Amino acid sequence: MHMADALISPAVGGAMWAVSAGLIGYCSKKVKEDLDERKVPLMGVMGAFIFAAQMINFTIPATGSSGHLGGGLILAILLGPYAAFLVISSVLVVQALFFADGGLLALGCNIFNLGFFPAFVAYPLIYKKIVKDSASPGRILTGSLLAAIIGLQLGAFGVVLETLCSGITSLPFTTFVALMQPIHLGIGIVEGLVTAAVVSFVWKANPEILDLKASTAPSPIMHARQVAIVLLVAAAFTGGFVSWFASEHPDGLEWAIEKVTGKEELENAYNIQDALAQLQEKSAFLPDYSLKVSEAAAAQPGQDQDPRLGTSVSGIVGGFFTLCLAVLVGFALKKRSAGSW
Amino acid sequence: MADIARSFNDLNFLDHLSTGNSFLHRLDPRVKLLTVMGFIFAVVSFPRYEISSLLPFFFFPAVMIPLANIPVRYLMRKYLFLLPFAVLIGIFNPIFDREPFAFIGPLAVSGGMISFLSILIRFTLTILAAFILVAVTGFNGICLALKRFKVPEVFCVQLMMLYRYIFVLSSEAVKMARARELRSFGRKGQGIKPYVSLIGHLLLRTWDRARRVHTAMLSRGFHGKFYMRRPLALKASDVIFCLAWLFLFIVFRLYDIPAVIGEILTGAVA
Repeated sequence: MHMADALISPAVGGAMWAVSAGLIGYCSKKVKEDLDERKVPLMGVMGAFIFAAQMINFTIPATGSSGHLGGGLILAILLGPYAAFLVISSVLVVQALFFADGGLLALGCNIFNLGFFPAFVAYPLIYKKIVKDSASPGRILTGSLLAAIIGLQLGAFGVVLETLCSGITSLPFTTFVALMQPIHLGIGIVEGLVTAAVVSFVWKANPEILDLKASTAPSPIMHARQVAIVLLVAAAFTGGFVSWFASEHPDGLEWAIEKVTGKEELENAYNIQDALAQLQEKSAFLPDYSLKVSEAAAAQPGQDQDPRLGTSVSGIVGGFFTLCLAVLVGFALKKRSAGSW
Repeated sequence: MADIARSFNDLNFLDHLSTGNSFLHRLDPRVKLLTVMGFIFAVVSFPRYEISSLLPFFFFPAVMIPLANIPVRYLMRKYLFLLPFAVLIGIFNPIFDREPFAFIGPLAVSGGMISFLSILIRFTLTILAAFILVAVTGFNGICLALKRFKVPEVFCVQLMMLYRYIFVLSSEAVKMARARELRSFGRKGQGIKPYVSLIGHLLLRTWDRARRVHTAMLSRGFHGKFYMRRPLALKASDVIFCLAWLFLFIVFRLYDIPAVIGEILTGAVA
């Protein structure tokens, strides 16, 4: 479910970066205020725990495949939503850098899909409502199961929307959804069961651990406003980036924004978008380029590839030549730098 | 089992690479972060059916990998390990997008094949860039850069703690998994019940350890901040490095260089 850079457009990646950066800032402030800054090392070590736990697999009965802990929900249960969001984000940062598990530009998307939904939707609105203050194995099981399933379904849907908005894949919306949602239903059930089992285990062995974050759950009303602001910012940023980079699928994007935010925000977003676009025209970073693209797009609506058809052979020759040159440069530098640097 | 040990060793090795002392290692982490982000941004900003314009971007890894003394075989192994994933995310394009797009002699190539190839190239470039960044900067360098880019202190401290303890807890996890493997027969004993108590105990131990670490840090005067021995300072070489690459990326982005070379080589003038 970690998205790679290869399927992402700068517009979507940049917008989701902005959203996730905003959420990280907000959560950092909250953690500083509520949880006591000095507990931060505890959070870090718990992140390392998630890493270690993901290295251990178990076999899923009757399927022959194996699974492991995803960790978003269990972090939310143990640390509360704000701290959990920060920990999930940093786990994703390390995964992206060291395992190429998710791209760097896609990091914003991944943090949002895998961090926001479990920490700010699944945990406070589902798990918390079911388990309340009277934990019991049964409640922990139902709560975790439902929360994990819904969190992962939302996350998977996020992946679908972000990928389609980027317009690199040719996968139709319905097929993509039909692929992603059932797979993540399975993953969600496994995740829910494992989370419930581990939480019950901890609760029996050392119940005080589960009380640490008792005071730091967000109130849903604040939360809804937060979501609206975040989405608004996302819409504005997306709009700005789109006009800048002239993505070839603006309609998909508009569709998504409309679906997510509703009409009102959409109009707002357009105003901001216009302002941003004007700003960009004034401080145009790549004026030649945007001009060329819009002319080309106007000349041949929907077809940006036609002029290339004739020159495809010379393109292949030139491309091959370029690659060889790159490899040669690499070898030359390798020889030179073998002892010197 | 081999998998666990391998991913742990991989992590160790990549961390070890970042302790090198090449010209690239000595650059300010901020400019390296900026350059790599600029690279990825430029690579992914191409439209769906672009191939030839993407190729000049291979100059970046081709120059950086030897200069940083990153073993090519190691990178190749890591890359090949990830390749099936790239194929998986791209394979739908040739299936759903079958319209002929270009002709190589008598052979018609569908748009899906073109965009599939484009995805593979993007994947290769972005992944190489991320590995190069870590290999020449190291995780702590990246955290320092983030801190200077005004990422909240809480998040940075937390990232650094996380990274520090990955090694401790991962080696513990590797040991636990090995012990379980030795005590189980085939699939037996690898199920969810022993797994849960394994993870549960790891969690309880981690929690205790975290508390001990935290108390130890407090008693040595920790109050939520890390201090650096040497503050980061931009040198002329840092600025030149960053600007030169960013300039190149912009040129690569704006001009289809392989097409120009190809026209010259084949004598075809469009």
